[in-house]
Amino acid sequence: MNEVRSPAFYALSLFFALFVLFLYGPTIVIFVLSFQGPTGGLTFPLNGISVHWFEKLMAGGGIVDIGSAFRRSLELGLVVMVLTVVLSLLAGLAFRKRFFGSNLLFFVTVASLIVPSIVTSLGIALEFRLLDDVIKNYGPAWIADGFQTSMGNFTSGLGAHLTWTLPFGLLVMFAIFNRFDGRFEEAARDQGATPWQTLRYVILPIIVPSLVGVGLFGFTLSWDEIARSSQVMGEHNTLPMELQGLTTTVTTPEIYALGTSTTTVSFAVIAVALFAIGLLRARQSRFGSDAGKA
Amino acid sequence: MPSRNLDRFGVPGWVQALPFGLVFALFFIVPLVLVVIVSFWNYNDYEMLPAFITRSYVESFDGCLTKLPDLCTIFKTYLSTAKFCLIVWVLTLFIGFTVAYYLAFYIRSQTTQMVLFLVCTIPFWTSNVIRMISWIPLLGRNGLVNQFLVYSHVINQPLEWLLYSQFSVALAFVHLFTFFMVAPIFNSMMRIDRRLIEAAYDSGATAWQMLTNVIMPLSKPGIAIGSIFVVTIVMGDFITFDVMGGEQIASAGKAIETRLSALQFPPAAANAVILLGATMLIIAVMNRIVDIRKEL
Repeated sequence: MNEVRSPAFYALSLFFALFVLFLYGPTIVIFVLSFQGPTGGLTFPLNGISVHWFEKLMAGGGIVDIGSAFRRSLELGLVVMVLTVVLSLLAGLAFRKRFFGSNLLFFVTVASLIVPSIVTSLGIALEFRLLDDVIKNYGPAWIADGFQTSMGNFTSGLGAHLTWTLPFGLLVMFAIFNRFDGRFEEAARDQGATPWQTLRYVILPIIVPSLVGVGLFGFTLSWDEIARSSQVMGEHNTLPMELQGLTTTVTTPEIYALGTSTTTVSFAVIAVALFAIGLLRARQSRFGSDAGKA
Repeated sequence: MPSRNLDRFGVPGWVQALPFGLVFALFFIVPLVLVVIVSFWNYNDYEMLPAFITRSYVESFDGCLTKLPDLCTIFKTYLSTAKFCLIVWVLTLFIGFTVAYYLAFYIRSQTTQMVLFLVCTIPFWTSNVIRMISWIPLLGRNGLVNQFLVYSHVINQPLEWLLYSQFSVALAFVHLFTFFMVAPIFNSMMRIDRRLIEAAYDSGATAWQMLTNVIMPLSKPGIAIGSIFVVTIVMGDFITFDVMGGEQIASAGKAIETRLSALQFPPAAANAVILLGATMLIIAVMNRIVDIRKEL
């Protein structure tokens, strides 16, 4: 392992550095520009430095109600996160056994990633529109009277987001259980642990850092989702949808301030998740087995 | 890997998988079936009418025979979308493979490897629209790139084609979706038995021979999975085309969205079925090259 680094290493390092610059450069640029002075425009130079555009954003300054869109996306993201963790974990456990239809379920899950989002979104929209028609025409009076729509953030919207986050959740579960040493469970079982005890005291403590990772996927993918959301959110748009609408209408750095705020939430969630994973890993190695150690 | 003993213990697998499966039944399978059904319905200005007619398909392919040898709208749209698929595929494959190769074979410490991989992953967890908007101050008429080029006398007039153009759409695709190449290819590379590399090295292979004769063939599963992701995303995209193309560039996904904003559901559904067919065709070809399930 001590041989001299080849020229290829330096060339590839440069390539990688440029790739990282390409990934992060633009984000850094709008981060800087969101602190544009009150008279500044959409591009450099900076006309002074201020939080003017953030203040304008908070004040709601004429553009759509960003505050409530922000809150809606946050709530939806949290619900999606919890459901993604729980359902992926259960499905991950199921796939370790053989069960009827497991191949089909796997196929459908992967298909959900691959089928264009706009198609899924259209399908869910049709489903709920037809459901609305059925309720209005055939539903009992106490439901049908004054009934508007069954479409909403937490019905059709939630479902649409889950078809996007759950496949990632399951793939992460596969990665976890492919590396999972089944002898731990067998040992627990040999000592007379019930299946529930094995899960609760053996499997879960080992995989919990990875479950945080699943939750991270669940929240961030929901927080930024647009394509699947586009047809199914009913009357209340989520934050990224509002943002997309603003790209054509807002021509001030306010949109950068909004971008910076949104990205900050993403980064905060990522940081908290990575920190939690690190803590949990450290705890595991502290309390872990000392077998084989001197 | 599954142990045979597990079957005899605990809750049956299908019960555990049931909630997961129900989500996909309710929000994926039923919707797709409805898309196919509604694509054969009739419609008027304000509602869809249950029927079994091919009106939406006929309208979608309008002029495809009569206009020959000129191409009809839908073929032009798909051709243009396919062109973007090809460009973005080539670029993301090259960049993604190079980055994954560097991470997997040139970074020796496992911690550094994970940190650098995370660096590539984090943008994937942030908003795509914001990452698109971020190019405006760089590529705009008065953006940094133009400012720099004019300042250094490379050009006299600011370039107009940097933003809201085919160029910016392709650039944004590469920017947003190279991760879908990096992750599976990196995963494939990490699973290559290092003894194979040593054996090649001991047999006198140069670094280039190692790359082309050992690593590339063994990375094929990752390459195939990444390619499927990238190609299907570009095929079905409408947001990137919209935001980065200045609403000027047609795409297969946008064709659906346009019909939807006019509340014409049956034609939108017919276009969705056509898009699905095109996408499945591509995947079928790719699946011939590699069995995805086996490689996870």
